[in-house]
Amino acid sequence: MKLHLKVWRQRDADDRGHMATYDVDDASPDMSFLELLDVLNEKLTVEGEEPVAFDHDCREGICGACSMVIDGQPHGPEKATTTCQLHMRHFSDGDTITVEPFRAGAFPVVKDLVVDRGAFDRIIAAGGYVSAPTGSAPDAHAVPVPKDQADRAFTAAACIGCGACVAACPNGSGSLFLGAKITHLGEMPQGQPERNSRVLAMVDEHDAAGFGGCTNTGECAVACPKEIPLDVISQLNRDYLAARRARRRSA
Amino acid sequence: MTTYSDFTVGDPAADRAAPDGPIETRWERRRFGVKLVNPANKRKMHVIVVGTGLAGGSASATLAELGYRVSSFCYQDSPRRAHSIAAQGGINAAKNYRNDGDSVYRLFYDTVKGGDFRARESNVHRLAEISRQIIDQCVAQGVPFAREYGGLLDNRSFGGAQVSRTFYARGQTGQQLLLGAYQALERQVDAGGVTMYPRHEMLELIVVDGHARGIVARDLVTGETRSHLADAVVLASGGYGNVFFLSTNAKGCNVTASWRAHRKGALFANPCFTQIHPTCIPVSGDHQSKLTLMSESLRNDGRVWVPARKGDDRDPNLIPEAERDYFLERQYPAFGNLVPRDIASRAAKNVCDEGRGVGPGGLGVFLDFAEVIGRLGRPAVEAKYGNLFQMYQRITGEDPYQVPMRIYPAVHYTMGGLWVDYDLQSTIPGLFVVGEANFSDHGANRLGASALMQGLADGYFVLPSTIGDYLATSGHDPVDPDHPAVLAAEQDVAHRIDTLLSIKGTRTVDSFHRELGHLMWEHCGMERTEAGLRKALDRIPELRKEFWENVLVPGTGVELNQSLERAGRVGDFFELAELMCLDALHRNESCGGHFRAESQTPDGEAARDDENFSYAAAWEFTGRGEAPVLHKEDLAFEYVAPTQRSYK
Repeated sequence: MKLHLKVWRQRDADDRGHMATYDVDDASPDMSFLELLDVLNEKLTVEGEEPVAFDHDCREGICGACSMVIDGQPHGPEKATTTCQLHMRHFSDGDTITVEPFRAGAFPVVKDLVVDRGAFDRIIAAGGYVSAPTGSAPDAHAVPVPKDQADRAFTAAACIGCGACVAACPNGSGSLFLGAKITHLGEMPQGQPERNSRVLAMVDEHDAAGFGGCTNTGECAVACPKEIPLDVISQLNRDYLAARRARRRSA
Repeated sequence: MTTYSDFTVGDPAADRAAPDGPIETRWERRRFGVKLVNPANKRKMHVIVVGTGLAGGSASATLAELGYRVSSFCYQDSPRRAHSIAAQGGINAAKNYRNDGDSVYRLFYDTVKGGDFRARESNVHRLAEISRQIIDQCVAQGVPFAREYGGLLDNRSFGGAQVSRTFYARGQTGQQLLLGAYQALERQVDAGGVTMYPRHEMLELIVVDGHARGIVARDLVTGETRSHLADAVVLASGGYGNVFFLSTNAKGCNVTASWRAHRKGALFANPCFTQIHPTCIPVSGDHQSKLTLMSESLRNDGRVWVPARKGDDRDPNLIPEAERDYFLERQYPAFGNLVPRDIASRAAKNVCDEGRGVGPGGLGVFLDFAEVIGRLGRPAVEAKYGNLFQMYQRITGEDPYQVPMRIYPAVHYTMGGLWVDYDLQSTIPGLFVVGEANFSDHGANRLGASALMQGLADGYFVLPSTIGDYLATSGHDPVDPDHPAVLAAEQDVAHRIDTLLSIKGTRTVDSFHRELGHLMWEHCGMERTEAGLRKALDRIPELRKEFWENVLVPGTGVELNQSLERAGRVGDFFELAELMCLDALHRNESCGGHFRAESQTPDGEAARDDENFSYAAAWEFTGRGEAPVLHKEDLAFEYVAPTQRSYK
């Protein structure tokens, strides 16, 4: 396959950046999108140009490192698919493909297609955990968990923290990411003692990090490669209101 | 200068931390024996942890909970992305919730046998004991394990065992366990106990007066290299499967942290013990950058077969039962499709060598779910394996509900690693090694669902106890940042980076890496011969020489430079590759994942040679390309008598 690529190039955080055009003449339909970029980078390197920087690691759709917008969509056109699992058979010979980094106020560009998603770690650090110091656990069967609750928790916990939801959102909101963790831990009995304090601290951190608010556009759930359902945001809102009420009562 | 393969044999490697007496109480006695650190003093002690996977993440979190000051490093942009996240199938634990005859002793027995009698009994028994606490710990963190309708935990079976002891979270168990550890880690970041250094790569170990006292790390965004000093260093930097270029590891996985420590005096044990996983998606072309695993749990219900007749290229659904060869079920009736990984991989290679392989190049066998879909219905199969089927379809464009999957073995895990004693301390005092980076528990072959168990056992429970003994007794003064050893380490790093950038040759880093990987797969892969290994030992130094003369690394050292990162890693893989081949050459026996064609039983199974090789081979570095020194640690089997493994 012959492909024309328009790729965002930006030297560092301070650079204005620009789109650069490259051709790849020997793409194969069995390649992943990242393997296409590998081929491009080998070519650029040999030609004395700087290869395109992009984040990637596991290349099997689970680490959440890849962070590019392909033809205007985070992770590209295939539903429920990360960039590393997107294969060139979904494109046609002669296509022009546009590749940009995930863009959001809370995700500053580091270089080319690489962005800084450290804000997600800070949201988790603010409260996205159960306080269970090593060694303090009762027997695993001490607390049964109804299967439907465990399943819903799992569905939410499948989030890979890639940030596609933020890149897709017109407000740059991290609500789907945040709601996924709230729903995961909120469904588990182990998550109950800290349920209120968790949601308040995580929402505060989310807002402080520069993510926008949710206006129920729903783009996030469409872009999510792990199909985290939109209702985790309803859960987030509900838990947040309940926690605010509880705080007022105790104040 | 001596020829590399003319190695010498030095003093035996001795595990001085290992307790003796009844095996059931060794860990308890060791824990009682370790010196404790006063809580007030823990705050003054600083531990560096390199790597944030299951072992490193759990260790950092637990050490900080205990009160130590921790600095945690990872090359990824977030600790949550460490490659433990990709483990699919599950985690073993001797809970015996199924009442099917499991016990700590049986898990111990299965693991020693599964490792083909090349692991330490004491370590394996400890692992089996701790397995139960791990499940408790993870459940307490809110890990959403699979559950039954009664609300209790579900289990599945895995290769090498006849009991159901594997706990799982759909096909994403590693992800869920890692997120548990990551969340515990982030909780400590928030509490101030852990300072996190993401996008940082360790490039050198700092050894002062014989003790590990810090690392030199490069900030991958700014390119700044600087030293970080501490009272002890923990390596949790994973395995070295990427020496083969194509493996199921993440692209960034590398041996650099371990290799730098090896060059500074830490012995490297059993480097040739690599695991080739039987169920991976076959290679599709020259552009291939990595291989994707299909969880071993699929072998619970999938049946492995090839056409009985050579050259039968009919649509698999049109090949009648009688003309199929379910070769695992035929050769190993007792374990069938659930034989251990090394055996399943070699059996697949053999049928492909006979010309009965399927798919492009004949390098594949079928993994067929038609029978279970017929028996349980598609929804039940979807609930169990849905995400794996989706992943397969995404990569291959084929629907495994309709046509059998095609699979082929691929490099997946490395049992070898830095040599550690029972306390997980390397031969450099103050340097501890946990998880896949060490060599300790899996012998010559790891059983499925045991890597997660070992990583978490080391990080949550073993290291946090044993490191206290070292810290309580070593009594260090702070290291002067201008100490000659610190400056020398910084200069070494700067020199290596400058060298790589100044060569300005004509070949890319990846082209060298691919060629090295191909060489290793060919000669040090699923089957090894003396002739092949000698050929590799001739070729690797030539290729390495060319690398250091002709590699092309664009860009500078003071920016995000991914080519430079890869170049440094490949430089270390070259040296490791040579040691792996030497280790494979010297071990003139077959055991576990190490199959020497010269050493097989009449029916083609691995023939161990306990008389000559019942030891762990711990190698000492003497210089690049220089003959290393072999230190043998003899293995004693007091509880599980070594036998020819049989899964028939």
